[in-house]
Amino acid sequence: MQLLTLSFAKMSNRYIPHTPEDVAHMLGRIGVGSVDDLYSDVPSEVIFKDEYAIPESMSEEELRRWFRDLAKRNRQLTVFAGGGAYDHYSPSVIPQLLLRSEFYTAYTPYQPEISQGTLQYIFEYQSMISELTGLEATNASMYDGATAAAEAAFMMVASARKRNRVLVSETLLPRVKDVIMTYAKFHGIDITMIPERDGVTDLSAVPALLESGDVAGVIVPQPNRYGIIEDFAGLAEMVHAAKALLTMYADPSTLAVLRSPAEWGADIACGDGQSLGMPLQFGGPYLGFMSCSKAQLRKMPGRVVGATKDASGKRCFVLTLQAREQHIRREKATSNICSNQSLMALYATIYMALMGDGGLREVNRLSCDGAHSLCEKLIATGKFTLAFDKPFLKEFTLRTDLDVEKLNKRLAEEGFMGGIPAGPGLVSFAVTEKRTPEEIERFVSLISQE
Amino acid sequence: MKEYDKIIFELSRPGRKGYQLPADRFGSDAFSKLPADLLREKPAELPEVSELEVVRHYTNLSNKNFGVDTGFYPLGSCTMKYNPKINEEVAAMPEFAGLHPLQDPATAQGALELYWNLQNALASLAGLAEFTLNPYAGAHGELTGLMVMRQYHISRGDTKRTKVIVPDTAHGTNPASAMVAGLEVVEVKSKPNGSIDVEDLKPLLDDSVAGIMMTNPNTLGMFETEILEIAKLVHEAGGLLYYDGANLNPLLGKVRPGDMGFDIMHINLHKTFSTPHGGGGPGSGPVGVASHLTHLLPNPRVVKKEDGTFAVETSDDALGSISTFFGNFGVMMKAYAYILSLGRDGIREVGPMATLNANYIKESLRDLYKLPVEGPCKHEFVFDGLADKSTGVTTLNVAKRLLDFGFHAPTIYFPLLFHESMMIEPTETESRETLDEFIDVMRRVAREAAEDPDTVKAAPLTTPISHPDETGAAKNPILTYKALRDA
Repeated sequence: MQLLTLSFAKMSNRYIPHTPEDVAHMLGRIGVGSVDDLYSDVPSEVIFKDEYAIPESMSEEELRRWFRDLAKRNRQLTVFAGGGAYDHYSPSVIPQLLLRSEFYTAYTPYQPEISQGTLQYIFEYQSMISELTGLEATNASMYDGATAAAEAAFMMVASARKRNRVLVSETLLPRVKDVIMTYAKFHGIDITMIPERDGVTDLSAVPALLESGDVAGVIVPQPNRYGIIEDFAGLAEMVHAAKALLTMYADPSTLAVLRSPAEWGADIACGDGQSLGMPLQFGGPYLGFMSCSKAQLRKMPGRVVGATKDASGKRCFVLTLQAREQHIRREKATSNICSNQSLMALYATIYMALMGDGGLREVNRLSCDGAHSLCEKLIATGKFTLAFDKPFLKEFTLRTDLDVEKLNKRLAEEGFMGGIPAGPGLVSFAVTEKRTPEEIERFVSLISQE
Repeated sequence: MKEYDKIIFELSRPGRKGYQLPADRFGSDAFSKLPADLLREKPAELPEVSELEVVRHYTNLSNKNFGVDTGFYPLGSCTMKYNPKINEEVAAMPEFAGLHPLQDPATAQGALELYWNLQNALASLAGLAEFTLNPYAGAHGELTGLMVMRQYHISRGDTKRTKVIVPDTAHGTNPASAMVAGLEVVEVKSKPNGSIDVEDLKPLLDDSVAGIMMTNPNTLGMFETEILEIAKLVHEAGGLLYYDGANLNPLLGKVRPGDMGFDIMHINLHKTFSTPHGGGGPGSGPVGVASHLTHLLPNPRVVKKEDGTFAVETSDDALGSISTFFGNFGVMMKAYAYILSLGRDGIREVGPMATLNANYIKESLRDLYKLPVEGPCKHEFVFDGLADKSTGVTTLNVAKRLLDFGFHAPTIYFPLLFHESMMIEPTETESRETLDEFIDVMRRVAREAAEDPDTVKAAPLTTPISHPDETGAAKNPILTYKALRDA
């Protein structure tokens, strides 16, 4: 009964309810003398007898204090950067509803009879994302934007038989490109980069790249890594004429105003849902979204929720099209994805419900006007020039001789996050609806003192 | 209570809104000057609803859900343990929630220290050298771990090692992850007790084998007693051992995968380390490796420098990157809060108490449910349906009947070794009284199956919906509100 002595001498564990009497009763029912006997089949040399290199147990108040102390080593900054994560406004309704524990302590909705809450919000999420992308089908969400883009590459290769090449625009966010490259390298997909010209995808290079005949699909960003809204007129026609598919990697917040992936002729849209008001949270959890045309539906990875009726004719929702998924197809599946970022899909759903089309348009207008205001003011300091003369919304890229890293350290001391290096002599700034004219003034005056 | 059956779009009225943003304050007309041909022609039709309508709608939806906080959730292989509330509190602290992933590491030392501490705690608990916390989920961890396996062989010039051995009882993500990582799956047979047949394994171990993927305990909740022999054979053949952490909970505080010979593993923080499942995510699937593989872990890596500060590094030796930033950071905070709550001694009770609970249920029901494998199980076990097969009541019927009594169903029809699999995992956080109530209901359902089988077959009788038409849903997919409205 050594384990009992150990357990109850410490009795620090509020998450395990067993009293010594419980343990004795249960061992009696099982018919063994000690809990250790339940491990009698484990070779004794692998039983861990040393001490773990983790701290001693903390009470709840000690734990709070520990995290508060740790928090002091972080510096919350006024953010003037993006790079795939944007400091948009988060309505207070959302975190409170997300704490409904019927939502967050539930598993994947395998039992539809007692999971209609989860299933319905996923259905609503799919409906709203499909409105933004203009494409008929949306999955229940994926891990993040970059992995969704990698999965889109797989999906295009799976759709196009015997074609194994995907063309990826150089103007995608570098981190998204990196993940696509990693997935492609291991899975054995060939990637060719579409060169960048004057800050945008060089569409004139695409016909020659398509001529190889082995291209399954093309991935382009909107807006791109510099914040530029690209003009893809004619691209979908080119890609489809070569019997390939077009994926657009989009920022969902901007899709309320920008020409939608469907309107550009894309077959697949994907991207990161973070811009739908999600906290920055040092990089996650966010979500990856993916939509596709009806024609591609059965190749789309991830969970999908469909509407149906129950035995009494009541409208209800179920996980559907599961024949595509890994638990049925095993090594023949096109993806290994099992879960989604469900609770973050609920986040995005409530955000989109609160904001509506009008709210999202206002977010874009305020961000765009603020970004242009900052851009003009930075150029007026004489330290920056416009890197590319192209339209942008909330993010833009300037050319400068300043040492950006050094500048950012100085700005951080004053409580600001400066722009992100975007190549030699280039720096990208972002402005959301949260930034005020006063913050912009202060930010610019600090930079002009450099 | 009145039944709620609205979809958010049905509450929409033109002109209503649930937001208020600051007034125009830049005096800029930049937005109105954007080129029209770059703007969308057809507006997105999102709902127009007030804030209160949104709050009531989603509160009403939550009432149609079942979580761990609602009741006992004995879902096998999913480790539905209690999700401590303090974990949610600390993860929401604005000093962490407001951090931009690309801000200067000098201004995010607290976050990086958290990452580094958790990575080290997991390494100590697993008996491995280093963890990456970047993978987002269990399946994503599998994929990352298999990339490490493959990169290891490629980096040594041993490029013909492209096969990975997977037990025929493995979870579907194992072979699917192998496929995504560009590895070919070779199945190894299981013995009737679910453990790997070493004699069947031996001939598979040639010089094309990259490694083997295993859980231990296996899918039937039984410890693989020949693990040291298996590790020796695989290593001698030049392969690596991958540990699927799905079944780690019974070993937490008792046995470390690294000590059993595993080279690579993933951990599901949302199972073993108490972070909520969130209705299907966000989870977190950290990947740990032995010392000879640490240089291959994905970018970015968090390191501690000699001066005690923390930095973010990328390296060319790494297999590449598998996430945009650092993974699901918010989930990591919850997992570390859990580790600190239990502490180095408390954590030793987790596995043993989970195992005690599982064996207690098993021994209390084995007279009425068919137990295909004898011996002490670990954190979970599998029944092959009711012992009395004459009633016509299936595992599906029993599972649905449990919903009427306020319990979640077990995992059913997995593993595929038996026709009527019913996989039960209680976890250590459930009290004896809860287990007794569950046992009573399981016994009552077995009795009903004999006396009144039609009631069991008609179940569930008390849930918001019953017997949804899943075939119809798949045949004619209705995936959006518009499709539903126009159907």
